[in-house]
Amino acid sequence: MNTSHSALTAIIVGLCLMCSAAKGFAYRAFAHEQCQLDRSKTQHALADNAMANRPHKTVAPSAPDTLKGELGEVSIVADRKRSEDIVPHQKLSGQRLEGLSAHSVADAIRYFAGVQLKDYGGVGGLKTVDMRSMGSNHMGVFYDGIQLGNAQNGQVDLGKFSMDNIEEISLYNGQKSGIFQPAKDYGSSGTIYLRSRTPRFVEGKRRNVQAVYRTGSFGLRNPSMLWQERLSDRISTSLSAERTLATGKYRFRYRKVFSDGTVAWDTTATRQNGDIAATRIEGGLYGRLDDGQWRGKIYYYESERGIPGAIVNNVWKHSQRQWDKNFFAQGSVQKAVGRNYEAMLNAKFAYDRLRYLNPDTTLMYVDNTFRQREAYLSLANHYKVSRVCDLSLAADYQWNALDASLPNFAKPQRHTTLVAAAGTLQWRRVRVLGSLLGTMVHESAARLRHADDTHACTPALFLYISPLRSHDLSLRAFGKRTFRMPTFNDLYYTDLGNIALRPEQAEQYDIGLSYHKSLRRSRLRRVELKADAYRNRVSDKIIAVPKGNGQYRWMMMNLGEVHIVGLEFAAQAQGEVLKELLAGVNLNYTYQRALDYSDPSDRDAYGGTYKGQIAYVPRHSGSITANIRWRRWRTDYSFIYVGERYHNSANIRANHEEPWYTHDLGMSYDFRLRGASMSATIECCNLLDQQYDVVLNYPMPGRNWRLTAKVKL
Amino acid sequence: MYRYIIYNIAASVCALMLMSGCRDEADIFLPDEIEVSTPVYNSIKGFYLLNEGNMGSNKATLDYYDCSTGVYTRNIYGMANPAVPKEMGDVGNDIAIYGERLYAVINCSNKVEVMDARSARRIGQINIANCRYIRFHEGYAYITSYAGPVTIKPDYEQRGFVAKVDTATLEIVDTCLVGFQPDELEIADGKIYVANSGGYMVPNYENTVSVIDLQSFSEVRRIPVAVNLHHLRADHRGRLWVSSRGDYYTIPSRLYSIDISKEQACADYGIADRSLYIDSIDVAVSNFCIDGDSLYICSNQWSYASMDWEITYGIVDVASRRLLTRNFITDGSDRKITMPYAVKVNPITKDIYLTDSGNYVTPGTLWCFGQDGAAKWHVRTGDIPAHIAFCGTIND
Repeated sequence: MNTSHSALTAIIVGLCLMCSAAKGFAYRAFAHEQCQLDRSKTQHALADNAMANRPHKTVAPSAPDTLKGELGEVSIVADRKRSEDIVPHQKLSGQRLEGLSAHSVADAIRYFAGVQLKDYGGVGGLKTVDMRSMGSNHMGVFYDGIQLGNAQNGQVDLGKFSMDNIEEISLYNGQKSGIFQPAKDYGSSGTIYLRSRTPRFVEGKRRNVQAVYRTGSFGLRNPSMLWQERLSDRISTSLSAERTLATGKYRFRYRKVFSDGTVAWDTTATRQNGDIAATRIEGGLYGRLDDGQWRGKIYYYESERGIPGAIVNNVWKHSQRQWDKNFFAQGSVQKAVGRNYEAMLNAKFAYDRLRYLNPDTTLMYVDNTFRQREAYLSLANHYKVSRVCDLSLAADYQWNALDASLPNFAKPQRHTTLVAAAGTLQWRRVRVLGSLLGTMVHESAARLRHADDTHACTPALFLYISPLRSHDLSLRAFGKRTFRMPTFNDLYYTDLGNIALRPEQAEQYDIGLSYHKSLRRSRLRRVELKADAYRNRVSDKIIAVPKGNGQYRWMMMNLGEVHIVGLEFAAQAQGEVLKELLAGVNLNYTYQRALDYSDPSDRDAYGGTYKGQIAYVPRHSGSITANIRWRRWRTDYSFIYVGERYHNSANIRANHEEPWYTHDLGMSYDFRLRGASMSATIECCNLLDQQYDVVLNYPMPGRNWRLTAKVKL
Repeated sequence: MYRYIIYNIAASVCALMLMSGCRDEADIFLPDEIEVSTPVYNSIKGFYLLNEGNMGSNKATLDYYDCSTGVYTRNIYGMANPAVPKEMGDVGNDIAIYGERLYAVINCSNKVEVMDARSARRIGQINIANCRYIRFHEGYAYITSYAGPVTIKPDYEQRGFVAKVDTATLEIVDTCLVGFQPDELEIADGKIYVANSGGYMVPNYENTVSVIDLQSFSEVRRIPVAVNLHHLRADHRGRLWVSSRGDYYTIPSRLYSIDISKEQACADYGIADRSLYIDSIDVAVSNFCIDGDSLYICSNQWSYASMDWEITYGIVDVASRRLLTRNFITDGSDRKITMPYAVKVNPITKDIYLTDSGNYVTPGTLWCFGQDGAAKWHVRTGDIPAHIAFCGTIND
């Protein structure tokens, strides 16, 4: 594996050179007149939003009319300045997001530093995300400002969220470091914010219509459309609908060789039962108030899919199926009262239905239906005490209920009350943010006993210093304690559940620095470098342990402990390489040691788990994305590298997984036809046709293609 | 300036190329040899140990211990059969030697792998969906399976079966329906006895032993015993020993014994009183084996009362049907064992082999204890070490 280290060294050297190159040029601020819609709930967010929502000041989304507009859109400088985030977050938006060859949100998230995606392969395969090795249950996913919940198993399948109606994905370690936000936003150790497309209209336009058709490998047929209408000066509406159909069939290949390289066995087969048929309909209503704004949203998703299953000896096909129905309605109102006070009210109702069927009568016949309901209400208050100090107070209430067609099912309900108090101090070039979150959980169950009440108080402290007046260099640090509640499955699932479970605890500490430079007269327009070092600890980790007596009965116990040390580097550069030829490059690299401290007695050199790297976390991982634009043409290249891993904490050869890396290449052409702006894109994913598993025995697709046609009116 | 950019792009591209070179092709697993003990010479040359591997992991592996060298060899299947795609398979559930051949029942790969008993080289396979345990009788293999006939019914009814396989042709010659989800079987006195578990019918477990007449190969009756039956073995005194897993909540695991001839007599005369032929001992059982008059038990049972596992390493005297000890380990090694899973006794040396499956997903441990209950050696195995088959004969 020495070659991989030298490769990474080469990348780091490359970054340093880029940095030194940037230093050689005079500092000139790059003016950004581009209006950006930023939903960050900070002290200036309201004013900004109000301004941005004013129709005559905005531009049509991603209509590449001028080069300047394009460059501005991919920039995050203005955004960062305004939102005054103490921790600069990672963000994908605009053309960079469009250029990623990502079909779902999960595909796009792979390009963030510190993120591991668990992908079971294919269009319909389950895709969950883990940040900084803390476990996917420690991560919160927010859709348009309100958390997507899954009280049943705590996992949000990001493969279900298509990129079609997503405008921006932001990722925060710790928490979003603004303070004008619901109490829920303080409650995760990492957060992903998905923002759907918000209507914006160019001067004089009342309607935006966009239709997209995608087709390609896996029998993919994916029409979608977006309709945005300005109803009045203050109110606009949006409707987005999508249908995804795929057979999910792809060829995969497994092979093994002798140590001298000759083939021992080599087998190719077609992935079966990976089909999906899904429909998504989303409607939104957006309004502006005097000193405020409101929005309402309805989301409906329905799907039927096959569960392709593990490929094991003598079994190449499975027949399990899953049906999903997800519905939610949510609303938000935000208003300022006087000069120093503003308030935000959020509300949501969600209903999810999942049916799992195993019709294979040679196995255990299963036909289970799970129904979840959630209600959520939040009030957040923000008060500007002085130029130096801001305070906020937020209170949330959430109700979750789960019902299942299982014998003796407990039918649990959970009432969660969250109260968060936070404050910021800003003095010259120092900013401090402190927050304290109180969580009270009460549960009840129709049958059996229910878990005891949980009360917890979790603090977070963030520090930001920009020591130099003449350079945009900043240092930051944060410490945060969080916990995650056991899920309903952990607590109540027939046989497996254990109501005596305690919450899983997490601690995180991070220090980092950022450097940013914008240049006007040089060919290099913008350079940004970020580095972070972190240390996390997850204790009382909830893990499945065998219950004994054969039959593969498991139960959940608070037995795990994981210590994580990591480093992340990110670099971005954009410039006009030649006249009219614009280029952008993004690099990410993550180093992680996530060690299993669960069983100190299991120390054998062969097969011991103590201090072994935990399952599926690579030591080295990284990504590169690059794009080149010339007039109406655009080429995108993305590369992902995930280093060697082990599929459990016993770091032996039998558990070793080879590194995998994929190259994706896309090309698109924009043109106008009878007043409509159109674009055509061809993408090739996994260009070198690498055969790999992300999860053991779940083969991923090799080289695959996608064609996209887009019409905007 | 752009020279720098070009330089950096070039550097990145070079880096990519280098990175692309670092993916090795997956090698065939080479066996690991570990010297664990000193050589012992007798007619038992050694034993195969089948590691189950967790469901979906495709990590059923085969280990071999050579008594004549004291060398333990892990993971021999891959090298012995380098041309078999996806190796031995998913979840090994039973292993046995019959004649010159080694049979491994691979549950989730829906097959019985048939190998040469000396080299572990593959000879062929018997395809049986959801197969569980195997026994032999006069040239035929009898294999239990959870998978009954495929019928579409609104109410799920999926009785298991016993398949009769000609060991010469490896073809299924007949099948016999039994109860729901049959587990271990035993052949004694011209009958096949099958422990029905009903493991898929939670909470309506099965509670019977099916009796199949060998001649007609049809089920003749059911003997009600206890819920969720698992292991079933005959001793040399004409009794069947059956373990019940319990229901994991209120009914604990327990060991039952059935007097074969008395049960037959009661059946013949229509006497319903089960207490005439069934006896039980209050001990939880995960696995057991019988050597002469000693029945060795290991068990790990979750108790909701103590919220902990109750672990037993027991010996039952089959003559008196009394539990002699609840912990045959005398040197404190039991503190190092997490999850006892299987026990087997060497019929000549009387060494006790005990497996520890640990957390089920990482390598387990095989322990060897002497008759004094002191550990002789231990070695790491594959994932979930569970089934042992001795090579050789017991005639010294």
